[in-house]
Amino acid sequence: MTATEPTTAPVTGAIEPPGDHPFSKGNLIKTLVGGYLPLLLATLVVFLPLAWMVLSSFKTPGEIVTANIKVLPESFYTQNYVDVTTTVPMARFFLNSTIVTVAGTLIKVTLAIFTAYALVFVRFPFKNAIFIAILVTLMVPPQVSILPNYILVAGMGGKNTLWGIVLPGLGTAFGTFLLRQHFMTLPRSILEAAEIDGAGHWRRLWQVVAPISLPSIATVTLVTIVNEWNDYIWPLIITDRPEAMTLPVGLTLLQNSEGNTGAGWGILMAGTVLVILPVLVIFAMLQRYIVAGLTQGSVTG
Amino acid sequence: MALPNLILIATFAYRPLFANLQYSTLNWTLGSETATAVGFGNYVEFFTSDDAPRVLGTTAVFTVFTVGISMVLGILIALALNQKLRGTTFARAAVFAPYVLSGVGVGLVWMFIFDPGYGVLSWILRGVGMRSPEWFNDPQLALTMVIIVYIWKNLGFCAVVYLAGLQSLPSDVMEAAAIDGAGPVRRFWSVALPLLSPTTFFLLMTTMLSSLQAFDLIRIMTPLGQGTSTLIYEAYLQAFGAYNRAGYSAAISVILFVILLLLTVGQIRFVERKVTYS
Repeated sequence: MTATEPTTAPVTGAIEPPGDHPFSKGNLIKTLVGGYLPLLLATLVVFLPLAWMVLSSFKTPGEIVTANIKVLPESFYTQNYVDVTTTVPMARFFLNSTIVTVAGTLIKVTLAIFTAYALVFVRFPFKNAIFIAILVTLMVPPQVSILPNYILVAGMGGKNTLWGIVLPGLGTAFGTFLLRQHFMTLPRSILEAAEIDGAGHWRRLWQVVAPISLPSIATVTLVTIVNEWNDYIWPLIITDRPEAMTLPVGLTLLQNSEGNTGAGWGILMAGTVLVILPVLVIFAMLQRYIVAGLTQGSVTG
Repeated sequence: MALPNLILIATFAYRPLFANLQYSTLNWTLGSETATAVGFGNYVEFFTSDDAPRVLGTTAVFTVFTVGISMVLGILIALALNQKLRGTTFARAAVFAPYVLSGVGVGLVWMFIFDPGYGVLSWILRGVGMRSPEWFNDPQLALTMVIIVYIWKNLGFCAVVYLAGLQSLPSDVMEAAAIDGAGPVRRFWSVALPLLSPTTFFLLMTTMLSSLQAFDLIRIMTPLGQGTSTLIYEAYLQAFGAYNRAGYSAAISVILFVILLLLTVGQIRFVERKVTYS
């Protein structure tokens, strides 16, 4: 009796004790109800709202403002995506989000690598105290800091600028912590060999430590990309002009002009697809790294 | 090498804590050049007005329900994922996916679903002869709605962390329990769950801290904070909503920070005690 052809199993299979295999005859129903049903339900609960978002973004206003909802759009109506870009400067939001995400991630990851390397491989006083001081900030939510940071950055002229959006988030405890934990596991002998060869810290970092730590660096990078792309409260506060807004803030602007009119939902869903889809694609391709990074560190980015 | 990072952390993570303490003693309109010192006036106002029961109550309800339900559903989904079946890798990724999506985007998707006029939920309710409740106008329903969506978005985190916990359980202990005749339910309650207590504790702390920091969904789904003004949202509304009350907002931020600090210290002491006595 094999999993691929359960229907051709001999009749005697029914009275044999159920085997260990989940698809053996005695276990088949149990596997389907107890095993696959919960999995299917959980997957559908996640999938259906997102599918509804995509389907609705291709519906005409008439198909949305109706008492007789149909699941599939009648035609492939792409006007919502055009309307999104004419109602608000969507292309500008997209560009701003991309710049903020790329610049923020590059700087944050570089700073995290430097700090973690120094904490593990360089001798300097108060190292443990400094490490603890960095760790503590994992517990300080950025939300608590927004008012003082707003007053500081706005005072520096950072309002409605991209650098003003990026700057306060650049110091990184999460990436530093994750990379430090990884660097601690590296065999010291490799670095000692490099040291004997006369390599300074700079060369030891880029030619020895970084190359063998690529998976950890990739994890930190991906988590940072996702966090920068989704970041909301700070860009919301530091920008009030559309030219400087990122996508999540721009969506709020779109909601203010299209929200709750009923007919605007198609346009809003089109805008939402533009925010959610890039992250969903990256996640689908690299979920192993992202899940690992987000669950082994802490809750904050 | 570490210096740029340390300067940034000191400036944008540590300095604000002290700045908040200072601002919280001021009666200060955001944007105004002048401020008057009021000592503990902002704190007195918070704790003697309706704000304290309303905001602290909302924060407590939001935190208890999001944390409690996420953890119970999380371990059930983890059990479902912890089977030797095809497709569990895909299901694990699917369940985790909402956790990485933009809170603003997720909020909008669910606002459209909950929309009493044109939402798919109201359509389903009409199908069974019911009228859609006023999710956005009734404060209690608004809070319920935000709690549901928050759980939808963050549940995958609990599920995946519990799954990792289940997979690291010593297999000899589980087998020994099975040989002794313990059924699957008994094995879960008497063997797996106690062994998972470090995971449960880790999740309790992390989900509690992130629930106390929840902002994106509340801002997008209930911009006026109707029924959903938690500490963090009230602090935002007071400074950046209609009121521009920077001092009062800072006082609420300080209260939130003290709560987070107490939770963290409590966590550390709890872990130390466990290490010492077990």
